Amino acid sequence: MSRIKTLQDLFKRYRRPGDLVFAVFFMLFALFLLANLGTQTEWVKRTQLVAQPAFWPAVAVWGMAIFGALHLASSFISPRIPGRLAEVTFWLRSLEYVAWFLVYVLLVPQLGYLLSTVAFAVILTFRLGYRGGRMLGFAALTALAIVLLFKSFLQVKVPGGAIYEYLPGAMRSFMLTYF
Amino acid sequence: MDTLFSGLELLARWDVVVALLIGSIGGVIIGAIPGVGAAVAIAILLPATFSFDPIVGLTMLLGIYGSSMYGGALPAILINTPGTAVNALTTYDGHPMTLRGEAQRALALAYTASFFGGVFAILCLILLAPLLALIAPHFGSREIFLAALLGIILVVLAHRGQVFAAGMLAFFGIFLNTVGLEPVKYTRRFTFDQSWLTSGFDLIVVVLGLFAISQAFMLLVDRDTTPHPQPVKGNVFSKMGELFRHKRVATSSSGFGVVMGMIPGVGEFTAQFMSYTYAQKSSKTPEEFGKGSPEGLIASEAANNAVPGAAMIPLLALGIPGEALTAMMLSVFYVHNVIPGPQLFQNDLDFVYALYIAMLLLNVIVLVFLIFSTNLLTRVIQIPTRFLGVIILSLSFVGVYSLRNSVTDCAIAAGFGVLGLVLKRLNLPVVPIILGMVLGGIMEVKLRSGMARIKTPLDMVDRPIAAIIAGLIVLVLVLHVRTLIREHRNRIAESDHDHDIHDSHLR
Repeated sequence: MSRIKTLQDLFKRYRRPGDLVFAVFFMLFALFLLANLGTQTEWVKRTQLVAQPAFWPAVAVWGMAIFGALHLASSFISPRIPGRLAEVTFWLRSLEYVAWFLVYVLLVPQLGYLLSTVAFAVILTFRLGYRGGRMLGFAALTALAIVLLFKSFLQVKVPGGAIYEYLPGAMRSFMLTYF
Repeated sequence: MDTLFSGLELLARWDVVVALLIGSIGGVIIGAIPGVGAAVAIAILLPATFSFDPIVGLTMLLGIYGSSMYGGALPAILINTPGTAVNALTTYDGHPMTLRGEAQRALALAYTASFFGGVFAILCLILLAPLLALIAPHFGSREIFLAALLGIILVVLAHRGQVFAAGMLAFFGIFLNTVGLEPVKYTRRFTFDQSWLTSGFDLIVVVLGLFAISQAFMLLVDRDTTPHPQPVKGNVFSKMGELFRHKRVATSSSGFGVVMGMIPGVGEFTAQFMSYTYAQKSSKTPEEFGKGSPEGLIASEAANNAVPGAAMIPLLALGIPGEALTAMMLSVFYVHNVIPGPQLFQNDLDFVYALYIAMLLLNVIVLVFLIFSTNLLTRVIQIPTRFLGVIILSLSFVGVYSLRNSVTDCAIAAGFGVLGLVLKRLNLPVVPIILGMVLGGIMEVKLRSGMARIKTPLDMVDRPIAAIIAGLIVLVLVLHVRTLIREHRNRIAESDHDHDIHDSHLR
C-alpha cells in the first residue's frame, strides 16, 4: 500500500458501513427544519436582509439541506459496504450508557456528589466485566480522587445531596461544602 | 521590551506556575493515553477554569494543548497507535524505528523535533506580535466577517473526499448557534415553544458531548484492550543531539507549522502533509520515508508542534478560532469578558506576551519531564480502555453539570455524545460542527454591523484587507475546483491509499 502520495490521501475519509443510514436521517432532519423554517423564525419589518432574525437560520437550514442531499446522493451511488446492521447496533448499544449517565445525573442531588460518583464508578466498572477487587477498588479510588479534585479543591458548583440534611450540624455543613 | 517584561510579571504568580505545571505535565500524560486527546481533556476542564483568572485558566488549557502532542508521539512510536489524531503520521517512521530496535533514538528525535517546532513557533510569534498590533486595528467588522467566512470555507474544503459531509455538519453548527431567543429583535428561533430551547445550545455542552462523552461511549461500547508498550532501554537524553544533523528539515517543517497554524481552518494535518512531502522530496534518501526515516519523523513532529502557538494568532488578534481547541479557549475569554480581537493586541499586549512566554516555558517543562519519565509513562498508559470510558464519563459529568446544575444540559450533552459516537464511527469530522457554531455566531454579528455602514454589497470589499481576504476566498475556491479536476483526471485506485490516516476516533 503506498503512503502519502497525493493531497487527497491526507484528507480523504472513506465511507464506512452505516454511512447511508446517517445520511438518510440527517436529510430527514434537514427537511423537517426546512418545513418549519417559516413558522419557527420571523421576518421583521424595516430591517436589512442580513439583519433579519430569520436570515442565518435560513442560510443554515438551506445549507444543511443542500449539502445533506449531496451527501445522501453520494452515499446512494457508492457501492454498498457490508456490516450496516452491526454498525447501527453498535450505535444503539451506546444508549445503555446514556441511561447510566442520566441515572447518575439524577442521583447526585439526592445522594450527594461523593456517594453517587463512587457508586456510579464501581457499579459501572462491575457492569463492564471487571470483577476483581483490585479493579473495583481502583474505580472507587478514582471516583474519590475526582470528587476531591473538583469539589473539595477546585470548588466547582455541584450541589450537596438531599441525604446530607440528615447529618448532624457541623458534619452537614462540612459535607455540603466539600463533598 | 517593556511589554515583554510586564508579560513576564503577569506570569510570576504561584497559581500560574501551578497551572502551567499541571497543564503541561497533565497534557503529556493525556496525550500519551490512546483514546484521550487534548480535546477531551480541555472540554472536561473548561468549566473548572471559569472560576480562575483568565491567565491562570488559559495557561492550564494552553499547557494541555501544547503538550499533548509530545505525549501522543510515545504510543505512536512504541505501539504504532497514535496518542492523539495528529500523531498519525509519526507512526509511519517512528514505529519502524522501534521495530529496528531504535525506540530510544526515535523518541529522542520526536521529543527534540517537537521542542524545536514549539519553540520556533513561539519565537516567530513574539517577533510578529508588534507587527500584528499594527495590522490588527485595520480589521473592522467586514474584515472579521470575511476572515470567519474564509475559516469556515477552509474547514469544509480541508475534509476532502467528505466535503459534502463537512459542509452539512458546518451548517448544522451554524444552525445550532441560531436556536433560541435572538438578542437583537427578541424573536424566537426554532424553539418549538419548548422552554429548554429558549436559551439555545451552550457551546460547552455541545463540545463536551461531541468530544468527551462520545469518546467515553466509544470506549464503553467497544471491546476492551490494554496497550502494552515495552519499556525503552537507555537514556533518551543521550540521543537528543541528532536533531542538529537535520536542522534544515526541522526548520522548514516548523515554518510550515507556523504558516498553516495561522490560517483558520487549516491546522496540523495540512502542515504535517506539506512538511512531510517537502522533506521527502528534498531528502537524499526519499525511499526511507515510511520505513523509519529520521527526517520523516522530524517533519511530522516539528510541524504539528508548531501549530498550537501559531493557531493563537487568529484567535487573539481577530477573535477567530482556527480549530476546535482554540474554539474552546475562546469561551474562556468570553466568560471573563476579555474579548479577543484587535483591541487585545493594542491594549493588552503584555497579556498576549504572557501567554506566549507560558507556551515557551511549557515546552521546556515537557522536555525535561519526558527525559526523566518516558518509562513511567509507558506504565501509565496501560489503562484498560473500557475502564478509561468510566473515568471520562465521570469527568464529563463535572464539566457539564457544574455549568449551571442543569439536568437538561446533561441530557443534551448525552445526546450530542451519541451523535459524536456515530460521527466518529463513520469517520466523519466533528470539528466543522464546533467551528460552525463559533464562526456562525461571529459571522452573524459582524455581518450585521458591517452591512449597517455600507450602501452596496461591493462596498464590503472596498478596504485593502477586506479585498485581500475576499480575493483569498475566491482563490481557495478556484484552487479547490482545479485540484478536483486534476485528481479526477489522474484517478488513483482507492486501494492504493492508506484510508485510516485520518481517524476521527482519536479526536
